[in-house]
Amino acid sequence: MAMAEAAAEPAAIADETLLQIEGLRTHFRKDGAVVRSVDGVDLRIPRGRTLAVVGESGSGKSVTSLSIMRLIPEPAGRIVGGRMLYRDRTGRLLDLARLPVSEMRRIRGGEISMIFQEPMTSLNPVFTVGDQIAEAVALHAGKDRAEARRVAVEMLRLVEIPAAERRVDEYPHQMSGGMRQRVMIALALSCRPSLLIADEPTTALDVTIQAQILDLMRRLQREIGMSMLFVTHNLGVVAEIAHEVAVMYAGRVVEQAGVEAIFAHPRHPYTEGLIACIPRLRRHAPGQQRDREPGGRRHRLVAIPGSIPSPAALPPGCAFAPRCSRAVDACRLEIPDLVEVAPGHRSRCLRWRDL
Amino acid sequence: MGPAAAGGPTAVPSRPADLLRVQGLRKHFPVGGGWGRPRVVVKAVEDVSFAVPRGHIVGLVGESGSGKTTVGRAILRLIEPTAGRVEFDGTDVAKLGAAALRRFRQRMQIIFQDPYSSLNPRMRVDEIIAEALTAQAPMPRAERRDRTERLLLRVGLRPEQMRRYPHEFSGGQRQRIGIARALAVEPDFIVADEAVSALDVSVQAQVLNLLQDLREDLGLTMLFIGHDLAVVEYLCDEIVVMYLGRVMEIGPSEELCAAPSHPYTRALLSAAPIPDPAAPRSRIVLKGDIPSPVEVPSGCVFRTRCPHSVAACATVVPPLVEVAPGRFSACIREDIR
Repeated sequence: MAMAEAAAEPAAIADETLLQIEGLRTHFRKDGAVVRSVDGVDLRIPRGRTLAVVGESGSGKSVTSLSIMRLIPEPAGRIVGGRMLYRDRTGRLLDLARLPVSEMRRIRGGEISMIFQEPMTSLNPVFTVGDQIAEAVALHAGKDRAEARRVAVEMLRLVEIPAAERRVDEYPHQMSGGMRQRVMIALALSCRPSLLIADEPTTALDVTIQAQILDLMRRLQREIGMSMLFVTHNLGVVAEIAHEVAVMYAGRVVEQAGVEAIFAHPRHPYTEGLIACIPRLRRHAPGQQRDREPGGRRHRLVAIPGSIPSPAALPPGCAFAPRCSRAVDACRLEIPDLVEVAPGHRSRCLRWRDL
Repeated sequence: MGPAAAGGPTAVPSRPADLLRVQGLRKHFPVGGGWGRPRVVVKAVEDVSFAVPRGHIVGLVGESGSGKTTVGRAILRLIEPTAGRVEFDGTDVAKLGAAALRRFRQRMQIIFQDPYSSLNPRMRVDEIIAEALTAQAPMPRAERRDRTERLLLRVGLRPEQMRRYPHEFSGGQRQRIGIARALAVEPDFIVADEAVSALDVSVQAQVLNLLQDLREDLGLTMLFIGHDLAVVEYLCDEIVVMYLGRVMEIGPSEELCAAPSHPYTRALLSAAPIPDPAAPRSRIVLKGDIPSPVEVPSGCVFRTRCPHSVAACATVVPPLVEVAPGRFSACIREDIR
């Protein structure tokens, strides 16, 4: 879609949508070539719900979330097209892609905040965790130091850090990975955001700690009523946390639907392949047929052949076509549109009816 | 087999088909001691015993600090065990001298999690494979080339890719190169240390299929170290569950995953996210963090997070006992098995 057309369309989003991304394109320049990391992303983040963005490496899921925050490192990277329509707390409709830097600073941390996979990269090692939360609170809510500290302790309690009054004076390195991620969440929530972007927040954690953090995030999302954009590569985590799911491949959303629909009736061959290729614990998939003679062979996993294309060398047409068992000639000619295949269910596949 | 004699290593009964038998393995690392701080000992691996039958894949699972990686490296003597026996095909590897060890290394290989950091970026693929092929003895050029081609085909790469450098390959292809290099010496036994953990899911399935083919076609025996229980259950015949340096439970994969005996195994299984939003969930959420390996709890190392712990758990190190045929668990609470 040409930019002129997009700009001509009236800026409007449905009441139940907090953020609507249309045709977002974020490109990077590397060794003189253009890397189209995000190349036409369409997403709707519903109000008070969790949208999981799932994809493999190079799908553009992290670049999408950094684009929303306007944290793309310039001049190497740049948002070159599309709109990110966001309704702020005062009810104004803003296009985050074009918002002046000063106004974006108010939104970032004030209304939209973000947590990352590795909390140590965002926590300052020379300040206590309490100071860091207090600073964020004082900066965005205009509170004095004593009040900010009281809020910091309260925030640590909110994220279930034991002995919060004592731990508020600890430094990040004195804490475990799970505790640090809790501090990051406390920091991100200290300004009661309307939208929390969480980029692989549990990927570096052990599975028993991951279960704790997912529990916590689910509870907080519900209690605070915020929207959450949860970026992950793990379909198990998606099923645990998401209300809605967007599947990304090679810089585009190839499917978006409610979590039950995505798992029960995927309408894109890539989604179908992803769901089929993960081994499941047999206790959760009693129907899965296996040969269990010790030393004997298992059923083969349904693997997707080939590998993810480099965003610097995308194939023409549907980027998944070279790996797709259902691809026909038309798939290689032009990029299919993201079309509604059922209410609230969109797929970018010419052959969705055959799935 | 009853509980092990007091003081002695816990033993798992040996089977005639075992290729590898690990008994009472310990690895202690001294840490600290500088700047006036006290020197302490990290007991990374403490009294670990298990066996791997010929042609089988045994999974070693645990979270960080469980000691699973240390066990894998101590078996290959990439690190020196502090105590214990590592019996490979009847020979105690832990006691071998340098020359004998080198000969044994030909039979035991390792695949790492991150193939990129284990492949020399300045060497072409054919040079990487050739280095492994000629590590033991020189080989004529033509044969070297022929064997390299066959190895690449074997792991699903095209022979014409052999003149490329590691950075020209995707993550999955690099792992295939790592596997080809391990296979070059025609080993009987492979330690796969988180070999699929860094791969994208669509590629992970390809590599799991390849590992199965290799086991089948070459009769390989494998110790598969991992943290994703679904992957480990899928690939392995038997699973050894570790926590803070100790074995919690051992059993055939499906039985252990369907009806875990040890409270830690139960919690670990219930914590695994289920890729199905419609599946019923009954989660045991463990309280607190994994303790630091420097300050391991007394008695049962899991007791500080265990929902079933009683006073006695703090005083007795529970022995690994056979709770059903082929199933072993280290828990004194017989009433909750």
